[in-house]
Amino acid sequence: MIGNLELSTLQQLWWLITSLVGSLFVFLTFVQGGQTLILTLARSEDEKSLIVNSLGRKWELTFTALVLFGGALYAAFPLFYATSFGGAYWVWISILLTFVIQAISYEFRRKPNNFLGQRTYEIFLLINGTVGILLIGAAIGTFFTGSNFRLNDYNLVQWTHPLRGLEAAFDPFNICFGLFLVFLARVLGTLYLTSNIEDANLVARLKKSSFTNLLLSLPFLFFVLVQLITMDGFTVDPATKAISMVAGKYLDNLLSMPPVLIMLLSGLILVVVGVILNRFTKSRSGIWPSGLGTVLTCLSLFFLAGYHNTPFYPSRVDLDSSLTIYNASSSHYTLTMMSYVAILVPFVLAYIAWVWRQMDSRRLTLDEVTGNSKSY
Amino acid sequence: MIESIDPGQVNWARAQFALTAMYHWIFVPLTLGLSVLCAFFETLYVRTGNIEWKQLAKFWMSLFAVNFAIGVATGIILEFEFGTNWSNYSWMVGDIFGTPLAIEGILAFFLEATFFAVMFFGWDRFSKRMHLFSTWMVALGSNLSALWILIANGWMQNPIGMRFNPDTARFEMLDLWAVVSSRIAISHFTHATSSGFLLASLFVTAVSSWFLLKGRHQIFARRSITVAATFGLLSAMFVAFTGDEHAYITVRTQPMKLAAMEGLYKGKKPTGLIAFGVVNPDKQAGDAGDPFITKIEVPGMLSLLANRKLGTFVAGIDDLVWGNSEHDIVGVDQKIRYGRQAVTSLADFKQARKAGDASSAEAALTKFNQNQEFLGYGYLKKPSDAVPPVSLIFYSFRVMAGLGTFFIMLFALFLIQSARNKLPANRWLLRIGVISVFLGYIAQQAGWIVTEVGRQPWAIQGLLPVSVARSNLDSGTVAVTFFIFLALFVVMLIAEIKIMVKQISLGPEVSKS
Repeated sequence: MIGNLELSTLQQLWWLITSLVGSLFVFLTFVQGGQTLILTLARSEDEKSLIVNSLGRKWELTFTALVLFGGALYAAFPLFYATSFGGAYWVWISILLTFVIQAISYEFRRKPNNFLGQRTYEIFLLINGTVGILLIGAAIGTFFTGSNFRLNDYNLVQWTHPLRGLEAAFDPFNICFGLFLVFLARVLGTLYLTSNIEDANLVARLKKSSFTNLLLSLPFLFFVLVQLITMDGFTVDPATKAISMVAGKYLDNLLSMPPVLIMLLSGLILVVVGVILNRFTKSRSGIWPSGLGTVLTCLSLFFLAGYHNTPFYPSRVDLDSSLTIYNASSSHYTLTMMSYVAILVPFVLAYIAWVWRQMDSRRLTLDEVTGNSKSY
Repeated sequence: MIESIDPGQVNWARAQFALTAMYHWIFVPLTLGLSVLCAFFETLYVRTGNIEWKQLAKFWMSLFAVNFAIGVATGIILEFEFGTNWSNYSWMVGDIFGTPLAIEGILAFFLEATFFAVMFFGWDRFSKRMHLFSTWMVALGSNLSALWILIANGWMQNPIGMRFNPDTARFEMLDLWAVVSSRIAISHFTHATSSGFLLASLFVTAVSSWFLLKGRHQIFARRSITVAATFGLLSAMFVAFTGDEHAYITVRTQPMKLAAMEGLYKGKKPTGLIAFGVVNPDKQAGDAGDPFITKIEVPGMLSLLANRKLGTFVAGIDDLVWGNSEHDIVGVDQKIRYGRQAVTSLADFKQARKAGDASSAEAALTKFNQNQEFLGYGYLKKPSDAVPPVSLIFYSFRVMAGLGTFFIMLFALFLIQSARNKLPANRWLLRIGVISVFLGYIAQQAGWIVTEVGRQPWAIQGLLPVSVARSNLDSGTVAVTFFIFLALFVVMLIAEIKIMVKQISLGPEVSKS
């Protein structure tokens, strides 16, 4: 059944699936955003514990979403994986390190005799939430700004910049996109914690903080959006496969794909709605509109980068080496087989949602945290 | 395809990957087995309603969690390193290799991640049965993730179900089922997971033996030992059984690895098994030197194990490198000649395509197709490059197999003494029990050394040498990351051990709730 689909349809389908996983990951970075609040927003050890334990029930989902995002890109677009990971070496190694130190920090932070001390693990969580997210933003930013690589006749990559990927973090667009993601994660973090924690004092501060962080994110968002609709972009000629630069490429993409424009605008509006609900009403559910808004916004950005004859991983130094969803993908057979496996994804989402609902049916209280010897 | 090969860089990349994989495998086998044991203890609690089983489950879960955290932390490094350090590999076989990784994420990791939170924080939020179900899901998730990565690794040992596409210069999958159901993948999975069960049993036995030696938590420790020794004995026997199967498949898929495991240079009929041997360090493939300084050989035994038939021929390293016409073995020397032709005609094909010369491209492709199965051999410099480091593999294999046999006896002894209620008095056995967990870790690492070093110089057996699979990086860059990881791993290991030791010395009381 799926095997009868055209290769290009499968390629588009898999760009959709990987974009969805990536967007869900960005939503789940409320964990990372929350981590940056531990040292600034919490006023006592108890409040710290509440935040860490609330996030601690979710951090592995975020981590796994990142792993799956990588795995799906590897399986569906192996040339991207090979080019970007093998080429932009230092940016990926840096991102990796921030997630390695995160993975041990929840479990080790408060354990007696933990060698590095509680504060070190809290700093690890902070680094993951700031540097980690900033660099992921910078890496995704290169989908629009391009990278410095060349592919040889055998599709093997050669990186032409000595910083091997870290140069992306010095491009204003990429930095602003990264910083926007950092503040967005903080917004989502405050919203999630508001919905998950039962502590009037802390919640009052979280509610304020969500609004402050939204305001802080706006200049970066504004810069990114203005750049995006005014910048030159990479385009591929569908007939000759030649890549060239055109003015206003992403604006053209937006106008040519109205659903994407609608997703972007409604996504951003939903993020704001969630924060306003959280700040100015008694509602504790702001995370849901903002979360959905985040997913829609990210999806629209991925679509802008990959659809409508756009190379999603363009090369600045050799336009013809740029990767499109068509030249970077797996074979027809592999994409078909993986599509069958992907049929299971809704079931996976369903049990995650069910467990989430059950776990969060009661908000987390200090009594529960201190009463459980397994608490983080 | 590859302009120049920097052997230093390849070795740094290998060192870095070996470091990560070996470090990762300190934590994974314990996760595989301990998750099952925890689920088993909890099942006893749910069935009997006896709160002591719950405390027992919770104590082992707390050690599981500390161990699990580092397993997760190091697992993501491996996924990244496939791309960062083996970028050419990722392109050339990503069409096949990526699929099990993605399936692993969808089917296994989310099970672990979702139900882990329930297992630790859901005692009061879920019903007893639902909680038990979650604990089993964590165990299933861990073992399923082992399944998919070992399928991927099995394919690297015995690549099947794909073909080379000269247009894209990569291998493309033709048959996912062949990859998934490959005998070596299944044997890999059963051998590795059961060895994880074995290690977890050793771990539980060791900690409990220590409690008994200290005269603490007597009932708790004896109960744990009874369950762990039973589970351990069954696992250890299964490990031996799957190990035998594994060797049998290796003869058919990676004869060079088997020859190295046995230090067998000249194939014989019948072939003996070296029960004990000291490898001659000066011995080189092809020379007349004796492979061993001293050895004890069981006559004809290797023929029986390798071919399940007495008196049969088992190929040695020299037969495989220089060929053996009597037994229809094409040597590596010959394969290198074919391989170089394949490399040249692939380059001609690419050149002609670029120039738009269809007929030359066609001719080059025909030539390429004649030799394409030997493409990887074209990148070896000399025939003896196909020989992996013999003494390391020879000794590692003996350490693994010897310890495996020892563990069977150890668990049997523990079980007997436990049944006779004589454990607490048997202090020498308890001391051996404590030490044995470290032997378990050594056996685990030795097993992977046999598997992975035994595959050298190949990243994908017979298709892709490590020197081609690498990323286009300079050796300094990879060396720097090697030391960053080394430092990080040392710090993480110290923290882990300190926390584990503390948790163990605190004992199960702290886990009461």
